[in-house]
Amino acid sequence: MTKSTLTIKDLHVQIEDKEILKGVNLEVKAGEFHAVMGPNGAGKSTLASAIMGHPKYEVTKGSITMDGEDVLEMEVDERARAGLFLAMQYPSEISGVTNSDFLRSAINAHRGEGNEIPLMQFIKKLDKTMQHLDMDLNMAQRYVNEGFSGGEKKRNEILQLMMLEPKIAILDEIDSGLDIDALKVVAKGINSMRSEDFGCLIITHYQRLLNYITPDYVHVMMDGKIVKSGGPELALRLEAEGYDWIRKELGIEEDETVEVE
Amino acid sequence: MTTQTPAKLDQAFIDALSTKANEPDWFHKLRLDALEKYNALPMPKPDKTKIDKWDFVSFKNHTAPGKVFNSIDELPDDVKNLIEVDNVKNLYVQYDQTAAYLKVSDELKEQGVIFTDLLTAVKEHGELVQKYFMTKAVKVDEDKLTAFHAALVNGGVFLYIPKNVEVNEPIQSVFIHTDADAPLINHVLIVADDNSSVTYVENYLSLDVKGNGVANIITEVVANTNAKINFGAVDTLAEGLTTYVNRRGYIGKDSHVEWALGMMNDGNTIFDNTTLLMGDGSVGNTKTVTVGTGKQTQNFTTKVVHFGRSSEGFILNHGVVKDQATTIFNGIGKIEHKASKSNAQQESRLLMLDKNARGDANPILLIDEDDVMAGHAASVGRVDPIQLYYLMSRGIPRKEAERLVIHGFLAPVVTQLPIEGVKRQLTEVIERKIM
Repeated sequence: MTKSTLTIKDLHVQIEDKEILKGVNLEVKAGEFHAVMGPNGAGKSTLASAIMGHPKYEVTKGSITMDGEDVLEMEVDERARAGLFLAMQYPSEISGVTNSDFLRSAINAHRGEGNEIPLMQFIKKLDKTMQHLDMDLNMAQRYVNEGFSGGEKKRNEILQLMMLEPKIAILDEIDSGLDIDALKVVAKGINSMRSEDFGCLIITHYQRLLNYITPDYVHVMMDGKIVKSGGPELALRLEAEGYDWIRKELGIEEDETVEVE
Repeated sequence: MTTQTPAKLDQAFIDALSTKANEPDWFHKLRLDALEKYNALPMPKPDKTKIDKWDFVSFKNHTAPGKVFNSIDELPDDVKNLIEVDNVKNLYVQYDQTAAYLKVSDELKEQGVIFTDLLTAVKEHGELVQKYFMTKAVKVDEDKLTAFHAALVNGGVFLYIPKNVEVNEPIQSVFIHTDADAPLINHVLIVADDNSSVTYVENYLSLDVKGNGVANIITEVVANTNAKINFGAVDTLAEGLTTYVNRRGYIGKDSHVEWALGMMNDGNTIFDNTTLLMGDGSVGNTKTVTVGTGKQTQNFTTKVVHFGRSSEGFILNHGVVKDQATTIFNGIGKIEHKASKSNAQQESRLLMLDKNARGDANPILLIDEDDVMAGHAASVGRVDPIQLYYLMSRGIPRKEAERLVIHGFLAPVVTQLPIEGVKRQLTEVIERKIM
């Protein structure tokens, strides 16, 4: 059986006429954990948003395919049902909609009409997953992300990841704003998803997360492109030495633009 | 525009209807005085909506034939869906202008609570009714429509909670409306005496109504000292009805009123909800949700007036507008001189779903005292595309995502209604209106 594959070729993305991604090439297969690191403004979040179809970003060139299917032709919800998931850096708050109803709607959207998840089965799975993530079971009845601390929002993203079981997940700075304990729980959740059927693209600013989730591949993004790829030891070197040595090695000028989220 | 021949409104008309119903002299006189005022006074002037061409007063017959139900079983299905059929404790059902069904639990009777149709109350509890009927909350001579109401009131309910009585089970009314030829001039009078508490929920339910008609609904909620009233209402009157609804609270010292209002009429509606925080430490919390559809125009004035010191008022208006409907929210927080340490907060938000829908949210703060807090928030906009993106990124299709956001937006009232049947009905009506 061929593994699920997300293929990004020569991707150019702009926002409000400013080009952020200048030709990204990347392939993530199920069973692989990829980390993407890079200085502020490199375009890491833009890459994540463009894959998911964020309305503010415009793809001007290149392709994204999921198992051979053209992702760019798909609406946001179709991309999710094709097996993609994005854990967002700034998750939205949806007042009046409980986490439980939201999750159940999402699961049923994936399963399709006539094949809705039985209520008891859903509740069991939800409770089990929340316990795994050390989440208070009351969170299920709270409104989506409303009044949640940064850490709680990130944990809620991982809860959704584990409940929806996508083929390829993109985690956009899932570690930002988390203390060590929350970080460990989030990592525990992600690691529990490891399997031949699950691939992950972890966008992170700091090496710290990678102490808990060992990536198979590490890529460095700079100025809108992936400039270097390697194994886990690449992340360690970046933590110790920063990005200058890469710039020198590749002859890249330091870009002075401010990161656009 | 009504095509009926309007009944002639004169002293003889009032004399006839009052005599026929065997009303006590004081009430007959109240009607006659009101008639004079009706002829003299101007119409109310809601902000931002011109109502000169709206017909609020024409009708063919003062009362419709009506119906009576001898048991819960005989109630129409639409009414059964609103109540806990196997566990009804306190319920009043009115069929057009006829008192159709009344059940009062023994517990309530033992506590001395009075719950009966208005016209019976006028006769059997005259002293009490006379004390509170349009004397404190809404006055007869405020404008042409309050006077019209007093002259012609033809239905309603009186609920009186004696001192120190806490009513545990919610009290429910359902006003069924089937006949547009007769006006729905309904009065709900609720009085909670010192240290009492009660939860009351009502439905105005049009069933298969054809043609045009008028409704003039006045609700007075009076809380004396340290009393608590939870008031819930869901209005679903038909498209052909031009409606004036005025729900007012008169709240005494340390008393508390909570309003949860699901306003889902299909016709043109002028809606006034004012809470008068008379006593020190009084609190008024109002939540209103509405969905405007078709070509209807709805104007909502939600007002809290602070007279008492340390009084607190909260207003939340959430509306969804589609098709070519118009919805106006006027939110007014008024702090009178000497109402120091008061807090007036309001939030009015409109979600516009269609290009030709019109919406306006006007926040007003009128402050006549220094040592107070006040704030307001108002917005009119489309459904947030980033919220939709978030929901869709989990596989939820766009239409379904919009549905979730809209139900969530209107949830503040739905979740506050204390009766499951009414909650369910409001959710269904919202679903039907936003489809």
